[in-house]
Amino acid sequence: MATEEMEQLVRREYKDGFVTDIESDTLPPGLDEDTIAFISRKKGEPEWMLEWRLDAYQQWLKMKEPSWAHLDYPPIDYQEISYFSAPKRPEDRPQSLDEVDPKLLETYEKLGIPLHERAALAGVAVDAVFDSESVITTFKKELGEAGVIFCSISEAVQEYPELVKAYLGTVVPKNDNYFAALNSAVFTDGSFVFVPKGVKCPMELSTYFRINAENTGQFERTLIVCESGAEVSYLEGCTAPQRDENQLHAAVVELVALDDAYIKYSTVQNWYPGDENGVGGIYNFVTKRGDCRGERSRISWTQVETGSAITWKYPSCMLRGKDSIGEFYSVAVTGGRQQADTGTKMVHIGEGTRSTIISKGISSGNSNQSYRGLVKIGPRAKGARNYTECDSLLIGDTCGAHTYPYQEIGNSTSTLEHEATTSKIGEDQLFYCQSRGISEEDAVSMIVNGFCKDVFQELPMEFAVEAEALLNVTLEGAVG
Amino acid sequence: MLEVNDLHVSVEGNEILKGLTLTINAGEVHAIMGPNGAGKSTLSAVIAGKEGYEVTQGSILYDGRDVLEMEIEERAQAGLLLGFQYPVEIPGVKNIYLLKAALNAQRAAQGKGEIPAPEFMKLIKEKIANMKMDASFLQRAVNEGFSGGEKKRNEILQMLVLQPRLAMLDEIDSGLDIDAMRVVSDGVNSLRSEERAILLVTHYQRLLDFVVPDFVHVLVDGRIVKSGNAELARELEANGYEGIEESVA
Amino acid sequence: MSDTLTFLETLKARDAGRGPEPTWIAARRQAGAARFEAMGFPTRRDEEWKYTNVLEIARGNFALANDATFSPAAAAALTLPLDGYRLSFVDGIFAPALSDVQGMPDGVEVVPLSQALEDNHEAVGGTLGRLTGVDFPAFSALNTAFMEEGAVVRLAAGCVVEKPIVLQFLSRVNVDKPTMCHPRILVEAGSRSEATIVEHHTGDAEATNFTNIATEMFLGRGAILTHYKLQEAPLGDFHIASIHVEQERDSRYVSHNMDLGGALVRNDLISELNGKGAEATFNGLFFGQGRQHVDNHTKVNHNAPLTFSNENYKGILDDRAHGVFNGRVYVKRDSQQIEGFQSNQNLLLSDRARVDTKPELEIYADDVKCTHGTTTGQLDEDAVFALRTRGLDEQSARGLLTLAFAGEVLEAVTLDAISERVELAVAGKLPERFNLAGLVETAAALND
Repeated sequence: MATEEMEQLVRREYKDGFVTDIESDTLPPGLDEDTIAFISRKKGEPEWMLEWRLDAYQQWLKMKEPSWAHLDYPPIDYQEISYFSAPKRPEDRPQSLDEVDPKLLETYEKLGIPLHERAALAGVAVDAVFDSESVITTFKKELGEAGVIFCSISEAVQEYPELVKAYLGTVVPKNDNYFAALNSAVFTDGSFVFVPKGVKCPMELSTYFRINAENTGQFERTLIVCESGAEVSYLEGCTAPQRDENQLHAAVVELVALDDAYIKYSTVQNWYPGDENGVGGIYNFVTKRGDCRGERSRISWTQVETGSAITWKYPSCMLRGKDSIGEFYSVAVTGGRQQADTGTKMVHIGEGTRSTIISKGISSGNSNQSYRGLVKIGPRAKGARNYTECDSLLIGDTCGAHTYPYQEIGNSTSTLEHEATTSKIGEDQLFYCQSRGISEEDAVSMIVNGFCKDVFQELPMEFAVEAEALLNVTLEGAVG
Repeated sequence: MLEVNDLHVSVEGNEILKGLTLTINAGEVHAIMGPNGAGKSTLSAVIAGKEGYEVTQGSILYDGRDVLEMEIEERAQAGLLLGFQYPVEIPGVKNIYLLKAALNAQRAAQGKGEIPAPEFMKLIKEKIANMKMDASFLQRAVNEGFSGGEKKRNEILQMLVLQPRLAMLDEIDSGLDIDAMRVVSDGVNSLRSEERAILLVTHYQRLLDFVVPDFVHVLVDGRIVKSGNAELARELEANGYEGIEESVA
Repeated sequence: MSDTLTFLETLKARDAGRGPEPTWIAARRQAGAARFEAMGFPTRRDEEWKYTNVLEIARGNFALANDATFSPAAAAALTLPLDGYRLSFVDGIFAPALSDVQGMPDGVEVVPLSQALEDNHEAVGGTLGRLTGVDFPAFSALNTAFMEEGAVVRLAAGCVVEKPIVLQFLSRVNVDKPTMCHPRILVEAGSRSEATIVEHHTGDAEATNFTNIATEMFLGRGAILTHYKLQEAPLGDFHIASIHVEQERDSRYVSHNMDLGGALVRNDLISELNGKGAEATFNGLFFGQGRQHVDNHTKVNHNAPLTFSNENYKGILDDRAHGVFNGRVYVKRDSQQIEGFQSNQNLLLSDRARVDTKPELEIYADDVKCTHGTTTGQLDEDAVFALRTRGLDEQSARGLLTLAFAGEVLEAVTLDAISERVELAVAGKLPERFNLAGLVETAAALND
């Protein structure tokens, strides 16, 4: 198979690139203390929250944007970004789906998330974040009966200030890194989940994020807390319209798992990647970290990353609790001029902690992709174990695939295994499939799907289907 | 020499041996036969001290000492030596080191000093010749890249060097062609003596044509259901284990 | 005075007394000094030095040796029993009395750098500093600034040298002040030539010097070069080595890099595979005890299609020793049909030992087969059991398996004098609880 054909296989048009034409309430570009005060006021936040934000802002001013990642992009002008954009009519929020702006619902339709149908069919509660505001949260009532809190973070600040105060910033401190500090100062919305002791959340929780307005940055903040013995599976989907300027997305996600708690966090990230010449696309700088505070707690990250012009993202686990478990399963697909520097950190602090990392990278076109991972075994992490597998598949000879795994081992009773391979789709595999009557296109799709199988099987069922569909869209339509 | 009394052994909660009793005296060759899964290998593994086997009842005495209280290496130093069915590959450990370290450990346990190098060399040369092995083999890593037959020869070579008092050979005949079988059997036969006992664990009668046992025991479902002389093995060959199982049932 | 300046002052003082010499070499030294001054010593903020702190070197106050006095008996005891050609250096100064290059076949030249410069400086000028000067990492720049002694090995096209060429570096006890030296090795292997170079660092057990060696090796078309670097420097020595190899078409470079000594050790080994069919093999072993710090950074740059690399490094760390491995396989755009394999395995014998490992792949071509694997952990318990069933006590069994772990790297070593030396050293260096020196010694004797 010719290389160009292979490349074409992965070149695609961005299917989610439309703009929703609704009026929005947008702050002019620029960032200073007044901007932050405006956001805080707009959200009707208590004083402590504003102070927290301002403190983060002061720290951010002293920090430098990190440059160690294998990424190349022009400097970001933080004064050119608008830090707040909410769909109009914030005063009279829809109380049921019927009241939701039909255009919004149409947007979700186009994204393939028919909110009510999908929610009803799959039993998924959806919290949709449109630009900066949480538009609606469904199934709140059913969850309430189980004792699960699932709402926007803004609402949580008002309704459950003690819970927010107790956990916010305890996993990702305000000054953790440049982008986390920025987020702490200006975050506009995001989800809050609290699952009390012993409760297994009765349904999958889900949020869709979408950047719609021009020149806006999106800074959502998600906080999920599972008390002892609690369990939750949370799904997150992201899309953005097609625009020719770059947009910044700097989110923070914090997860806290107490004794025996289990949090499964799945992401399908399909932000606009820019066009094939690298014009436009989302800059995605995300800090995601889970804290396995309790004994035998478990946090599992699964991500399918196909979008964004720039991805800087390392979902991590702090394995503090004895016998706690961290997992990271990732598929990242890059094409065009996309650049992704992604991976994970597993920090083994407690005794008997275990972690598994499975990362699959597929690079094509002129894209560059790096796996960057850290496995750190502390001196007290007796008997800790890690297994890491990161495989890269190259399609075409103008892309790059890189692997930078850091392993810091300070304990003789720990066991680490790391394996990595980089290769292209085997001609013999393709030939074999084709000689069985399968088209080139299907053969590539099959092989790539097979390559990603270990990760897809970690996704909740409906997401797995979506992820495979997304991958097929990515690979479709170019042969012949 | 060895007295196994009402031995019950479990692996992960499943009882494998269910009251096995067996006495072996110096100068005797015993063969334990039985169908797959009867617990044949479990017996020799427990005697050698492999982890993961829980003795829930019964005892094993060796010259009156409680074997279960002895460390793995103590058992070996005292002359209880197991020949593995699947000898483990130990990359990088040269055969010569293993033989020398093992022999010296045994001598130390007997209160003897280390074997002088020339004497050791002479001994090794003689034994590898007996096993029809090439001298280059001494510099190779233990069992690494060995064929099935070479691994089994290596097990017997270790026996010839270490001269155990009770040699336990677990399925030593598996995976051997007829020539290797002859070499291995000759090795085993050369171990036969008045002071020494041999315990053969095997599924097939074939080995027993070469190493004729004094006693044959049939192990079914964790117990010895029948004992006899070499004739019993031939009977098994003719009628299979089903016959025995039926007659017992 | 800053750390950098201390070194530059020493340099200035030395060069003040220098006689006339070709301008190019002075210019190169100056470029090195300027570069070093601009860069300064690396710090842990530097990604390449993330796990290695060189403050002790930077703060050190080292003199330059004036002579090559070394007890012949002591030197003889340290010298590897190899039948070959030998150049010896004491604290960087050439020691003719300890050297022997008699009976060299035609087509091969093995001379001290100072002599090569004197004999025909133009012949050296073309290549000297070409590789280490490329991007001048700090220690290479420092070496360049001081460059005046070392070894030059030249092989004519088609020349095959059967006996090994030994470059011996001895570090001695200096009562007043520890010394530093910056030896430079230049190897030019003509097309289809073949040789084995043994670089051996050793010395007085109590010495506390600083060696900053830089090596440049050029392999012509089809040349085959085997490079042993046996580093058993005194435990108080600082040892920094920058080895840069350039390979043309169908050439083969094999590195056996063994680190047993030194308080702080850093090796940077880089091979540029510039011609089709070029092949690099990196074989490494490091063993740290006490508070030893051993850092190995390797890079293979696949700059041409159909090039191959194979790397296997093993580390054993005991006590509070700290091991670092960073291996990078780089495949340039359009370098197709590449195979690159990399493996790093580490064994931690003590709870306070640590290892930081980072095997990297950086790939810009699609028709490649690259893999890397690392493992860190303990010994195989099935093997421990198997040895115990042969009567070995648990400690001896673990000791033997640790030795075996190292032995896998030694299997590739074809010079018995080296593999036996390393094996003995490892056996003897094993923790008291399973010292196996006796066992290996008798076994080695049996081989004779």
